[in-house]
Amino acid sequence: MPRLSVWIIRTALLYLGVGFTLGAMILFQKGVPYAGGVWRLLPMHVEFLLIGWTLQLAMGVGFWILPRFIAGAPRGDERLVWLAYALLNAGVLSAALGQWLRAPTIISLLGRAAEVLAAATFAFHAWPRIKPHGK
Amino acid sequence: MPTLSRWFVKTALVYFVAALLTGVALMLRLVLELPPEVAALQPVYFHLLMVGWVSQLIFGVVFWMFPKYTPDKPRGSERLGWATFWLLNAGLVLRAVGEPVVALRPGSSAGWIVAASAILQMLAGWAFVANTWGRVKER
Repeated sequence: MPRLSVWIIRTALLYLGVGFTLGAMILFQKGVPYAGGVWRLLPMHVEFLLIGWTLQLAMGVGFWILPRFIAGAPRGDERLVWLAYALLNAGVLSAALGQWLRAPTIISLLGRAAEVLAAATFAFHAWPRIKPHGK
Repeated sequence: MPTLSRWFVKTALVYFVAALLTGVALMLRLVLELPPEVAALQPVYFHLLMVGWVSQLIFGVVFWMFPKYTPDKPRGSERLGWATFWLLNAGLVLRAVGEPVVALRPGSSAGWIVAASAILQMLAGWAFVANTWGRVKER
């Protein structure tokens, strides 16, 4: 597994652990109320698990296992995927924390925009690797 | 494919069907008179799909295909892997049973079923992370 995939997948695992914990806090409140304010964690729970965990894991595994190039760098220009990784995590944190802290909407909006840029950057990198083996 | 991965993936397939059936029930209540508990199934529907199907499928495939932990323990702790499986599924089933009841009767004793389900699922997530972390490594 390449180093970049290690970073991406371990980051996804952190989001899984935190996201499940936030979900448990909310679900516990639903069953046995202890602090109504815990509901404010819901957008962060969703952002962490859908984007931070599921999509980020797919990116990390995709970078690792998609067909490699015969000539040049086997996985193409890694800098693009480092950029996608940085954008995605900046986006997840901005969108999630912005909503939790009730920051100005522009913070969450910029977070979502960073997530889109991350997706586009990753897609641009991965596109030529979607090919038959040996080509 | 190791035994635990087969359990994860087959159970995930069952949740896949169960989740989509729940989705059908949620739509049916728009045209048929169904018990009020059905309307309270919305969060259960979403979690059967995202936890029962998507995450559980991922857990099974990761346990199967990620780099070996060590030659002696290629898949890390089998015991922790099985703990993940049982905690996750016990938690999900308790949620599916308890959440609609609590939605209609807040403060009922079913609340403790939902609370227990929350803790079980959280422990499952932590167990999976703990068992997988060491397998995410460069060759």
